[in-house]
Amino acid sequence: MSLTIESSATMELFKMRAEAVSAQVQRVANKELALELLVRLLYQEGVEDTADSRAVCAACPMIGQAERTKLENAVPGLKFEVTRELAASAKVGISQFDWALANTGSVVQIADAVDKRLVSTLPPLHIALVSTAALLPDLPALFALLDPSKFSYLSFVTGPSRTADIERVLTIGVHGPGRLILVFVDDLEVAA
Amino acid sequence: MKQEFKQSILDALANPNLTGALGNFSVAYRAGRAKAYEGIDFEALRNQIAEIKSSASSHFDELAEQFTRAAEARGTKVFRTSDPQAVKDYILRLAQERGVKTIVKSKSMATEEIHLNKYLEKAGMDVQETDLGEWIIQLAGQTPSHMVMPAIHMTKEEVATVFSDKVEDGQKPDIPKLVKFARGKLRPMFLKAEMGISGANIAVAETGSIAIVTNEGNARLVTTLPKIHVAVVGYEKLIEHFKDMAPILTALPKSATAQLLTSYVSIISGPVPNTDGTLKELHIILMDNRRNEMAHDPRFKQALQCIRCASCLNVCPVFRLVGGHVFGKVYTGGIGTILTAWFGALKESDEIQSLCIQCGNCKDVCPGKIDIPDLILELRRRLAVEQGQPMIQKAIFSVVNNRRLFHTMMRAASIGQIPFAKEGFIRHLPMFLSNMTENRSLPAIADVPFRDRIKKIKQPKCAEKAAFYGGCLIDFAYPGMGEAVVKVLNKAGIEVIFPEGQTCCGAPARYSGAYEVAAQNGADNIKALLAEDVKYVVSACPTCTVALKQDFIANLESVGRTEELPAARRLAEKVVDFSTLASQLLEQGRLKFKAGIEPTKFTYHDSCHFKRTLHADQTPRNLMKQAGHELVEMDECDMCCGMGGSYTIKLPEISAPILERKLQNVEKTGAPLLLIDCPGCVMQIGGGLDKRHSKIKVEHTAQRLADMLE
Repeated sequence: MSLTIESSATMELFKMRAEAVSAQVQRVANKELALELLVRLLYQEGVEDTADSRAVCAACPMIGQAERTKLENAVPGLKFEVTRELAASAKVGISQFDWALANTGSVVQIADAVDKRLVSTLPPLHIALVSTAALLPDLPALFALLDPSKFSYLSFVTGPSRTADIERVLTIGVHGPGRLILVFVDDLEVAA
Repeated sequence: MKQEFKQSILDALANPNLTGALGNFSVAYRAGRAKAYEGIDFEALRNQIAEIKSSASSHFDELAEQFTRAAEARGTKVFRTSDPQAVKDYILRLAQERGVKTIVKSKSMATEEIHLNKYLEKAGMDVQETDLGEWIIQLAGQTPSHMVMPAIHMTKEEVATVFSDKVEDGQKPDIPKLVKFARGKLRPMFLKAEMGISGANIAVAETGSIAIVTNEGNARLVTTLPKIHVAVVGYEKLIEHFKDMAPILTALPKSATAQLLTSYVSIISGPVPNTDGTLKELHIILMDNRRNEMAHDPRFKQALQCIRCASCLNVCPVFRLVGGHVFGKVYTGGIGTILTAWFGALKESDEIQSLCIQCGNCKDVCPGKIDIPDLILELRRRLAVEQGQPMIQKAIFSVVNNRRLFHTMMRAASIGQIPFAKEGFIRHLPMFLSNMTENRSLPAIADVPFRDRIKKIKQPKCAEKAAFYGGCLIDFAYPGMGEAVVKVLNKAGIEVIFPEGQTCCGAPARYSGAYEVAAQNGADNIKALLAEDVKYVVSACPTCTVALKQDFIANLESVGRTEELPAARRLAEKVVDFSTLASQLLEQGRLKFKAGIEPTKFTYHDSCHFKRTLHADQTPRNLMKQAGHELVEMDECDMCCGMGGSYTIKLPEISAPILERKLQNVEKTGAPLLLIDCPGCVMQIGGGLDKRHSKIKVEHTAQRLADMLE
């Protein structure tokens, strides 16, 4: 999928805004490349199948059974059965988000399923996958298309967890992840 | 003012950590906020928010009912009550019934308001605040000093000591390490707790949803890990429509912490699965605690438009000196003063309302478009009605309103014959007479007041006439400013008269809550100023101009003297401040700049009323630039100088450091000339510069202009 000029400007804005709040932004052309990138990232983080070194991935549309098997084979420490104990001890959490908002650098997810929240709150690194086509300009654009009857928990994530509660000094990573990597995938359908 | 309150102010001022942290933050906030709102039409946004919130508070009961139905349809349990005790009982009973031992909390001002923690702890619950700032003050046994940044008054050294004393020995004052320590200690609590308690930033009636806005991620854990979630929500958080969250979520982070959006926003519309597959038990408590009563008060209804961003604290020249604890235990700053009066009792605001210097900064930045200074004046008025006006104040107004007597007494005082300089009386004089000259020199009181001097000025006979309203400062202390006004207007072919019957503008009475006196001042002035047919009524004091243009009407209205309103409005239409009139006359070609004016650098101080009520701030700057002078803006040019009428006398401890900062900003520009459009600010800043033997010349715009015209 190729982006129009207008939407590539929106992507530039997203990148600028997300990086300004210490998120990392990556973009890949298709799902295959996204999975390769995931594997590479998990290797880099030293994910392996030992206590405190695992990664957890919440159920998400872009990772079906075939992709799951592939990933499990490539990264034995990556787990798809997300429990709170596993998430609490994991190094990395992975989940798919439903929308992205350019002018705040945010990603947005219907997070009724508890695994989605566990993987994005407990591990120190959170990797969020999102379809490039789900990039919207801003909050009002999102609210225009949301159907509140369809979900009970909606999560907005804008950069990693932060605090400035001591002497107003910005410190990244309090209760939530200290690092956030956003991966845009071009050939994904818009979820939800 | 009680000694205890005075002492709390003195303690705060003497705490360099507090004033340093808040002072630095106020500078960073100002720049950050401006950047966050870049490209956004703030006026349009806040009009939208004000409309959404105001419409909601007109229908609190309907919305609460609608919220309840929508939320219950999704499986949420909703408890509505007007009684704070019932909130506490409900939560405790629920916790006991479910065998809860540990509770984790994310930040909630509503639970602070009802002192929930103490109640639950007394009943044996382990209640853990998880917002870092809240956790610090919980461990330290303190209360929040700021609605958004509860521990802003503490240094990293103090935090390290609290952690070492209360949690684990040996913590070092290293911020990243302290944060990591908090993460490590609180994480097991989240995992262990059987109940999570949160507040909410927004509650949507049509869907039964709540929105929670945080940065640390603790609210996500509080609402995810424990199997029971209880949200305590004040009625003022209610709005009708889901999509109306967008403008509030757009403004709140920008106004609160200068962020485009906080790290996390969670919108919860119903119970979701727990980690063990069961469904979460979700309880939402809608708490009234006088909010409905407030909604029915025609004046205070607008305070419910507050979205709790605390920007009114962040821009307040007083808050940044004294911090939050002087204001009380829960809500702090400008809006906090109002909320304390309502959620507590009116008399609880008696002392803290006096902290407001009426500069209007907060009104300019409020995303809920609340006129906070005006509501604080209304508190003052109601307190005056409830408690009666002190005798001493009555005596003073009777002097102030008698202009001849007032001048005679002040003149006597200024040349050292102080027959009435008894402690009480002098301290209550509404304007500028006081023996407190530690930080600034006082002007001499003119031997002949302007009202007599003008009779000696040879004016051309003109068809067009203007009445000059002097006000006490120009009349008695700075008659030269009045003479400059006459000189300029004469050059444009306008003859200036000084109606003898004019008296005090009523600002001192109004700002003391004595509206009957203020209304009578207005009535006397209206009669005097409308007696002769003039085209303009000119004032060179912004406080007086605002009184003539707006307050006379408001004062008469507030005491029910409606039959006098048409005359008040007739007067208001004629009233113009000096610089605006001069600028118009220049534009019309009736005034011309002299040839060969030597260009000079100047800086300009924005007087509060001149900028924020009259919105005339650019006019004098442009006048001077047109004449070829070079403007060097000072930092915080529109920050109050600390004068605030009688504020210098009532709270000199606060006024002095505000002035000090202003003087530094003036001096930093290196400009040899400071122009101001307000005689009160001239007195304050000019007196301050004089005291430190500065060579910077301070003038009213009228004085400088008078010498530059043909």
